[in-house]
Amino acid sequence: MTTAPQTRHVPDRLNSRAARIFKSWEALLLAVAIAIFVINSFASPYFLSAWNLSDATFNFTEKAMIAFAMALLIISGEIDLSVASIIALASTAMGLALQYGAGTPELVIIGLTVGVLCGAFNGFFVTVLGLPSIVVTIGTMSLFRGISFIILGDDAFRGYPASFSWFGQGYIYWVFTVEMLLFVIIAVIYGVLLHKTNFGRAVYAIGNNPTGAMFSGIRVARVKFILFLLTGLMSGVAAVCLTSRLGSTRPSIATGMELEVVTMVVLGGVNILGGSGTIPGVVIAAFVMGLVTFGLGLLNVPGIVMSIFIGLLLIGVIALPRLWAMAAARRTP
Amino acid sequence: MSRLIPVRETILAAAILVLLLLISSRFAGFIAPSNLANVFNDTAPLIILALGQMVVILTRCIDLSVAANLALTGMVVAMINVAMPGLPIPVILAVAVLLGAVMGAVNGILVWKLSIPPIVVTLGTMTIFRGIIFLISDGKWVNSHEMSPAFTAFPRMELLGLPVLSWAAIITIILFGIMMARTQFGRSIFAVGGNPHAAVYTGIDVGRTQFWAFVVSGALAGLTGYLWVSRFAVAYVDIAGGFELEVVAACVIGGISIAGGIGSVGGAVLGAIFLGVVKNALPVVNISPFWQLAISGSAILIAVAFNSRSGRTKGRIILKSAEATQ
Repeated sequence: MTTAPQTRHVPDRLNSRAARIFKSWEALLLAVAIAIFVINSFASPYFLSAWNLSDATFNFTEKAMIAFAMALLIISGEIDLSVASIIALASTAMGLALQYGAGTPELVIIGLTVGVLCGAFNGFFVTVLGLPSIVVTIGTMSLFRGISFIILGDDAFRGYPASFSWFGQGYIYWVFTVEMLLFVIIAVIYGVLLHKTNFGRAVYAIGNNPTGAMFSGIRVARVKFILFLLTGLMSGVAAVCLTSRLGSTRPSIATGMELEVVTMVVLGGVNILGGSGTIPGVVIAAFVMGLVTFGLGLLNVPGIVMSIFIGLLLIGVIALPRLWAMAAARRTP
Repeated sequence: MSRLIPVRETILAAAILVLLLLISSRFAGFIAPSNLANVFNDTAPLIILALGQMVVILTRCIDLSVAANLALTGMVVAMINVAMPGLPIPVILAVAVLLGAVMGAVNGILVWKLSIPPIVVTLGTMTIFRGIIFLISDGKWVNSHEMSPAFTAFPRMELLGLPVLSWAAIITIILFGIMMARTQFGRSIFAVGGNPHAAVYTGIDVGRTQFWAFVVSGALAGLTGYLWVSRFAVAYVDIAGGFELEVVAACVIGGISIAGGIGSVGGAVLGAIFLGVVKNALPVVNISPFWQLAISGSAILIAVAFNSRSGRTKGRIILKSAEATQ
């Protein structure tokens, strides 16, 4: 936004399909994921164990569920920083319902409904009132978690029914958890939605050129509103899983998770300014982050130090390609 | 007319007055001058940080790392104080401002030279700074009995009836008032935020201006880091956790447009004071402090909705692109 108009380099012929796949961000990311996997298995003898690896997936499954919806939202040029607070509010609502004797099905419905309602609230401010999503969701980030604090104070809800623990602690078969299954299903749904449907094309169009999208007949505001609903819904799903896994609700639940979700999306190759990105990229990014945090955990690195790595990863993945491009531009005058 | 009486600031000032009157109708003691001075003193760190944040937001950026910067600087100066209790306070202040400015410069360089979106940069540095606090302190606290008496006494020292902490806020307000209205840097900040393309053609380096905005914000966060740690006489990893949102809230409530270019020193100060009054009034009117977070969240939403309404009628941008209306 700062520089004068630039001349654009137009190649004589396009790269072949194979070369494009090979040079893609996803391929690079996959190589990084494999490298981390190999390094980890040498660094700690406990890494290569089916059960340990299964436990490691909890590091990213819940965040990745939100990251898929967030990826679409960011591709369309918006952002939602309130997802962690939606988890807190949805979890609090479930805890509150529990006090009135709700069973497992009701708890799940309430969790998801609160998520969707929070998404609708964000979507209303952004699409109907036309406010910047970053400010709106910074506001709702305080508001949603604030409501949890009003309801709970420094207390906690406990005593979720045994059947409710299935979502966060259950296993489908051997080491494969319920959350893994959800992760795969949601990844496939979002992959199809973004890459194979009109809706997905509309999301890219809006992110690249909202005015152009509007003139080609896309209902920009409606698509964005749906994306906020989906992000809210996914936060609700994550709230069900997380609450079920922890077995309790505190108002400080999932604090700072929005940062990890955004990091995951950006690491997955989604342009933070909108317009490009893929679901497979986000899937690989989820594994990269899960493997990094799990490997560091096995080496007894405390959580807050891991957050340094997450922060460096976030800045590094955006900075390195730009440094690369700058160096390349210097070489070819 | 509207130039003489800024509408937004007047409305906000009126809202604060109404709030004070409502509280005083039940608790007359709240508007006693000594209590108001206390409220101001308690709000001073927020005012200082909001002014730094204002400069950053005016240039179309955002700095979410201020609270982490504050905490890291606070921890560093506290540890310096423990290691060298004899070090005079001016040196400590200089170290705090310098260290904060360096951290701001890191943000600024990434935004300026690599044109990474500011929100990504500062989300990243926010966690990195917090992590570094843990690394240098080993997760331990620096408690009041380890700090030298001079170190903790400074922000409390009274000059002309007000503590140094309050004076720090007042001096910052005056300096910013002069800087924004009377210096080339101040004017270029508005130019960069208002229309970056036009700014380029008038010879302003947009990236460099954004860089210096981050340095200013960082330096103030550093200064506040020392004042915060010495005032509460404790330093640990999580001090001022989530405070960056309160700072952004103060700016948004004060009418500083997140899209850049619109805002005033008075607005930022009033926004901070509004939040300060609410925070101090809650325990007085017997509402649980747990309401604080939800109230500031609602205040942000109301303020941003209100500001965009009032901004729309003014027609500030004549050739407003269709893109911006989306």
